[in-house]
Amino acid sequence: MKGIVFIEKNPATGDLRNVSKELTYKLYTLLQPYKGEVIGIFAGDELPKDINELFKLGLNRLIYYKNDRLKNLQSFAYKNILTSMIKSEEPDIVLFGATHTGRDIAPLVSSALHTGLTADCTQLYIDEYKDKGNILFQRRPAFGGNILATIITPDERPMMASVREGVMQIPEKKLDNPVKLEEFKIDFNENWIKNEFLSIVEKESKVHFNSSDIIVAGGAGVGSVDNFGLIKKLAWALKGEYGASRAAVDFGFAEKERQIGQTGHVVRPKLYIACGISGAVQHRAGMEESQKIIAINKDPDAPIFGIAHMGIVGDINETIPILLKYLKEEK
Amino acid sequence: MKKIVVLAKQVPDTANITGNTMKEDGTVNRGALPAIFNPEDLNSLEVALQIKEKIGAEISVITMGPPKAVEILKQSLYMGADKVYLVSDRKFAGADTLATSYVLSEVIKNIGGADIILAGRQAIDGDTAQVGPQVAEKLDINSITYISKLKNITDDSITVERDGEVQTEQIKTGFPVLLTITSDANEPRYPDCRLMLKHFRSSIEINFEEHKVEKMQENGWIIPTITREDLGLEIERCGLKGSPTKVHKIKSIKLAGNNLTMYGDNPTEIKKMAQSIIKDYVEVSG
Repeated sequence: MKGIVFIEKNPATGDLRNVSKELTYKLYTLLQPYKGEVIGIFAGDELPKDINELFKLGLNRLIYYKNDRLKNLQSFAYKNILTSMIKSEEPDIVLFGATHTGRDIAPLVSSALHTGLTADCTQLYIDEYKDKGNILFQRRPAFGGNILATIITPDERPMMASVREGVMQIPEKKLDNPVKLEEFKIDFNENWIKNEFLSIVEKESKVHFNSSDIIVAGGAGVGSVDNFGLIKKLAWALKGEYGASRAAVDFGFAEKERQIGQTGHVVRPKLYIACGISGAVQHRAGMEESQKIIAINKDPDAPIFGIAHMGIVGDINETIPILLKYLKEEK
Repeated sequence: MKKIVVLAKQVPDTANITGNTMKEDGTVNRGALPAIFNPEDLNSLEVALQIKEKIGAEISVITMGPPKAVEILKQSLYMGADKVYLVSDRKFAGADTLATSYVLSEVIKNIGGADIILAGRQAIDGDTAQVGPQVAEKLDINSITYISKLKNITDDSITVERDGEVQTEQIKTGFPVLLTITSDANEPRYPDCRLMLKHFRSSIEINFEEHKVEKMQENGWIIPTITREDLGLEIERCGLKGSPTKVHKIKSIKLAGNNLTMYGDNPTEIKKMAQSIIKDYVEVSG
């Protein structure tokens, strides 16, 4: 078996995006039982600075194409180049990070290859299927997260899937594969460049979910922007980060970049405190891997209690101030 | 005049699941969810209408789905679309994104092509965000996803703002192009009362008596239905047959249930919880 992972660079830092590392290692663990080869493909102006990291995560080879014209997202050109790379290797599996770049290019490539693509998978495994031998089983939430579907591509190759950043994990212990970089040759056509980038402004992100052990999140039940201040205070008191459900973002209680859930961030802190969040499946998809979950909600039947470890049925506007008081006292 | 095609989908309203739509076992009764215009497809129709106001355009809205999906086509007419098409055929059922994009791209060719194709970034029932780009690939044209703003439109080019996740990009491109639009792009307009009066009788042709058909035709009230045969498509590339991905298993999500410790809503109990948090987390992190 042979697998390809699309390698993506963070344009702001020039480093690898985390999801590229996560998927390299995932592909390595998937293919290891079959002694399969893990190949990275990259197209852009410059290789990511820390490209060698991937060889510590199970990468066997990196195929790359460099061209200054590919500094920014030129979907049409990327599609042509990546499709050629994939065709030249005839892999069984191709994985993309479900980033705004990956979700832009992966559908183009799968269409060009006439094969199936399963978006935003949360679980991938290889198993036998009927007379098709070993194939990739791709699990993903659908229907707003209310169902978990297992999707397969039994007949076409490659089997393609995308995975959100943060869903797969990187090991602490690293491997020691030799670095092997191969330049790809292609007749680059200037007509493939369709987009002119007039300006690029880096987004200032104040959110640090990845580095936070504790996340306090508020939902629609918080009630108002003013009340949402309590969520922030609780997060600060615990030296954590604050987040919000989609409903809270829609109501304008918090910024969109703080949204946790299927269409926001996927987080897995040591402690997650859900305040006034009913726990719709879309939200749970972004936080249920948290080690410990505390739920505070007025509604005793709120689904969030179904996945919580500690809970209070009550109004957050009354409970959080008391909680804050004791947290300060007990410290 | 520019030709704009808007790709729209009728979807179950998965975002507003209430007690009435939950089954006793804690799973969602999908049949009980109301069917709505996919939210981001409304944002793309709004972009189309703004382009039309600025430089003039003919807007066609296409939806693939069961006859019931004609509801969103009527809504499109009420908002200002010029033409609408229902793409409907039993042989299209069970299509994955690849088979869907194949049919839609053939429909676009069939109705004379387009300078600008607009679609919502993704539909709320599947959240795949694949059909838009795949239609562009099938038509061999450029595509730009995650459009968060229409910045400028002229006869030769369109300038948009793209949400590039870590950066915001301003991109200028020529035609033809397919754009997928996010909910940040605009506030879709409300239906226009005059247009509602003009189009509320519009319908697909189903079992009408002959004299009625004539009257409907005279008034332009018939919404055309496009079938597989109209397009001359091979069965092998449509619907379930034309779909490389297959649904192997579906599991309705039920809540797992942990060892849940409940604390009372009173100071003594909250204090206990605070102590537990401090014991396990605060010393570690601070």
